[in-house]
Amino acid sequence: MKRDDVIRMAGAEVCAGNAQVISIPAGELRRTAEGLRHDRDVPMDYLRDIVGMDWGEEGLGAVYFMESSATGGRVALKVAVTDRERPLLPTMSDLWKTALVKEREVFDFFGIRFTGHPDMRRLFLREDWKGWPLRKDYDMDSNPLRLDNETNADTTTEYRLLPDGTLAGTAHPVFGENDFVINIGPQHPSTHGALRMRVALDGETVTKVDPILGYIHRGIEKMNESLTYPQTLGMTDRLDYLSAHQSRHALCMCIERAAGIEVPERAVYIRAVMDELQRIDSHLIFYSCLVLDMGAMTPFFYGFREREMILDIFEETTGGRLIQHYNVIGGVQADIRPDFCRKVREFTAHMRRVIRDYHDIFTGNVIADTRLKGVGLLSLEDAVSLGCTGATGRASGWANDVRKRHPYSVYDRVDFKQVTRGEGDSFARYLVRMDEILESCHIIDQLIDNIPGGDFRAKTKPVIKLPEGIHTAEVETSRGEFAVIIESRGDKVPYRMHFRSTGLPLVHAMDTVCRGWKIADLIAIGASLDFVIPDIDR
Amino acid sequence: MFLDYYNFEPLLAGIHAALCGVMPEWAALTLEGLAVGVAIMLMYAVLAVVLIYMERKVCAAFQCRIGPNRVGGKGGLLQVPADVLKILTKEIISLNRADRFLYNLAPFLVILASILTFSCLPWNKGAEILHMNIGIFFVLAASSIGVLGILLAGWSSNSKYTLIGAVRSGAMIISYEVSIGISVLTMVVLCGAMDIQTIVAGQADGWNIFKGHIPAVAAFVVYLIAGNAEANRGPFDLAEAEQELTAGYHTEYSGMHFGFFYLAEYLNLFITAGIAATLFLGGWMPLHVAGLDGFNAVMDYIPGFVWFLGKTFVIVFLLMWIRWTYPRLRIDQVLTLEWKYLMPTSLVILLLMTVCKVCGLTF
Amino acid sequence: MDIRRRAKIRSMEYGDFKNNDYLEEMVRRLNADGAGVVLTSLDRLIDWGRSNSVWSLALGTSCCAIEFMALGAGRYDMARFGFEVTRNSPRQADLLLVLGTITYRMAPLMKRLYDQMAEPKYVVAVGGCTISGGPFVKSYNVVKGIDRIIPVDVYIPGCPPRPEAFYYGLMQLQRKIKVERFLGGINRRQAEGGAGHEYEAETGKEAADEAR
Repeated sequence: MKRDDVIRMAGAEVCAGNAQVISIPAGELRRTAEGLRHDRDVPMDYLRDIVGMDWGEEGLGAVYFMESSATGGRVALKVAVTDRERPLLPTMSDLWKTALVKEREVFDFFGIRFTGHPDMRRLFLREDWKGWPLRKDYDMDSNPLRLDNETNADTTTEYRLLPDGTLAGTAHPVFGENDFVINIGPQHPSTHGALRMRVALDGETVTKVDPILGYIHRGIEKMNESLTYPQTLGMTDRLDYLSAHQSRHALCMCIERAAGIEVPERAVYIRAVMDELQRIDSHLIFYSCLVLDMGAMTPFFYGFREREMILDIFEETTGGRLIQHYNVIGGVQADIRPDFCRKVREFTAHMRRVIRDYHDIFTGNVIADTRLKGVGLLSLEDAVSLGCTGATGRASGWANDVRKRHPYSVYDRVDFKQVTRGEGDSFARYLVRMDEILESCHIIDQLIDNIPGGDFRAKTKPVIKLPEGIHTAEVETSRGEFAVIIESRGDKVPYRMHFRSTGLPLVHAMDTVCRGWKIADLIAIGASLDFVIPDIDR
Repeated sequence: MFLDYYNFEPLLAGIHAALCGVMPEWAALTLEGLAVGVAIMLMYAVLAVVLIYMERKVCAAFQCRIGPNRVGGKGGLLQVPADVLKILTKEIISLNRADRFLYNLAPFLVILASILTFSCLPWNKGAEILHMNIGIFFVLAASSIGVLGILLAGWSSNSKYTLIGAVRSGAMIISYEVSIGISVLTMVVLCGAMDIQTIVAGQADGWNIFKGHIPAVAAFVVYLIAGNAEANRGPFDLAEAEQELTAGYHTEYSGMHFGFFYLAEYLNLFITAGIAATLFLGGWMPLHVAGLDGFNAVMDYIPGFVWFLGKTFVIVFLLMWIRWTYPRLRIDQVLTLEWKYLMPTSLVILLLMTVCKVCGLTF
Repeated sequence: MDIRRRAKIRSMEYGDFKNNDYLEEMVRRLNADGAGVVLTSLDRLIDWGRSNSVWSLALGTSCCAIEFMALGAGRYDMARFGFEVTRNSPRQADLLLVLGTITYRMAPLMKRLYDQMAEPKYVVAVGGCTISGGPFVKSYNVVKGIDRIIPVDVYIPGCPPRPEAFYYGLMQLQRKIKVERFLGGINRRQAEGGAGHEYEAETGKEAADEAR
């Protein structure tokens, strides 16, 4: 089945907005999804996201964004169910593994149960949370702060719809009776934030990883529904703070595309340079954290030494070190400093030189090699099915760079190589990122001398309203595909704003990747996957 | 031959005689015993402070930073005393469901093992505190008590992290003691003695590492690797493995109990280096080159304890260098390294040394 | 003999610090019932030790944690001032650095971490989120200020604070430790009626204890 076949279906309708979402009846969802997934020519093998929605009168529902990893062709399906008391949708978890975690997210926020899903637990909120916070009729005061300890259920429930219309549940135990379960996080030095994993061990060997998220779930998506578009920009910087520029770029781009705002060429170039600097910054932290997690202290300081140079450049122009608030709707906040270009040129030249030191102290090291090579294998099929974008996917051989597949900004005009490797182990993930530092330097060098003159910011209306419909934009952040999905009803505030988390599929992949390896490997694999928790929990 | 400028023996014998003059011998011995005990404790504490300060400065130098430089005068010299003061006045937490007795015993076992081994180090001619004819054997035996303390600490804390840390540590230390034992044995074969002072005295005409040439150098390398593991330091610090087990076997210890583990870690480093200096680099014996009598005479003017400390600190620096450069090994790799490579190698070295000794190929 | 009149930091002018008044107030209250010469001298020694050896437990949940890493790295090098050691076990740490938003799910765990620490323990709230909820104050899942749950000694505002601001805050903590009393008399916490009161006084915020 292809996109055109879906449109021709009875009851199908293309919604407004640049996302080109096709609305289909809920009863047709499962059959359509199977058809798209198993299409002979272009199977939609990458499920980008499942976005839960509360349309009020129209009911609750979800929008499924799919893509073909081979061609980059996209389909988006929208389904709604009117039953607010007992909303049910069929699961997609047997077609795409990433649905296992994405459907839990929708369940957590909207209370939609997915029949056939083996693990219908809450994902982000306390297990004893009352209500579904992203529904429009949610009472914001219904869950006050509690300081009693949360108990985690030992079993999960799988729901089945019986022929007579009643719901039956089957319980699955999370861990076996004899599993030795240790708890890693949420306060742990190498979970890179407030991530918690329950890990079952056999001796030192990991037999199962159960990530528990939500320790930094800040409810950004809900808050955005009461903020005007310019106000929502501030939140994106705090999602993936190591991709602050890029995330904000995505949101600005989404609003600009929907509102039809033309961005001046100068701003486009500045944004691209900043994005690439941010990417280097993030990969330097990746290097630092990976070596630190493996117990080598000294290289950690190398990464941070060069990172301070980038922060100096950021600080001069944007005024911020970690969180810059630089992109605004229609351009950038302020023009670049006069010596910006010189400093950036100096930095890229310096970076190319010192990256050899990085490799000298770590890459060729015999301990580092044996700890990383062949460890934590992620196959290409798994990477696509789990939706592991970014350098993690590219290390498994999936050419998934948004800058190449769906070029935005200046990326169709600059020359750069998409770094891919086939091994899919921790070492490949490490090398891909190290090579991407050099690629980013290469991109910056092409742009930095050619920043055109003119305005750095387009004039926009004081109040920005987006036309009705579902709008999206996506960028390649430092750690994968970050997408913004806005449903607008023509107001100055979004009706629903969703961010595709880059890290959620990566954390979800931990179970697949870590099984059979040791605790020490679990930590190294976690570092090599490179996730940022606030971006996952939102 | 070796000129005896700094022999402590006459001095100590003189003190003993003077004391016996004013009191009965048993009282004199008790008094001396007390004095020596206090001296050991003091030296132990002072050395720990020096080593911790050194570690901080050395790692700062490797890491492109300055390290402590504000607390107490130039160069942050009083940083570690401040830490000690702090930790002395810190609360010692007692755990709810821990095995009280073993939990409180564990840090003392670790520190006891460390002090016992420490007492065997030959500081100078005539300045060895515990002197017996099987000295080096005693060192090996005493240092093994430490792992008992670590295992007890991990088990009695009633925490999964400490348990994993302790089991890792137990598996690792017991394995690496095999290599240490064999490489020490290699040197015993070369010297023909187990008494530490005799071993040192035997190196008056050249250090063991030169006398035993190829097998001795190889044994030295094996000893350093295994000794590093024995002292639980990186790249073998998986018992603590901050990034994996938060603080390993001593996660649940606070205040001075934790301080004991912390001190013992640094002193074990010093002891490892000290034994290496004794066995391979001549202990307190000055550097002598056969034939250069003038040079040898100049070297003899430098006191023995300076030689000993100098050699030991060079090795300590070497071990710190390794610690701050390499990533940590994984538990299975650690055990593979020992049982598949290090132990067979050390057995071959032992054989080689025996053959050399028998054939008279050593100097 | 009085306990120290002015809490000094090496090579920093007293006047360079902004919040001297409340420290002076603390000193005045501690001096109200007098102290012995010997005990005060010992106290000074212990306070010197404690203030120069602040081992932190970094509860890093979000952005501020990265700035804390930058603080530990080469350029800002917090080892210079006695903050060198970060212990990952709460038992061995003196200072709970709360770096980043605390959510409802995390709050009981933060309280548990605080309970697990050994006395003397201090808390520094870093960043807008920990002080008041920051940009996420309207969220359904964010704690609006960690001082509703645990007593806070120093607040470092910023989003995230610059390393210089970190230093300012940590030095304020050092100065605060320097006027503590360890032996004899009542200790600082009792005298103050729980740390963090100055913040509440400043903002007129209520003692929000509904959470307990």
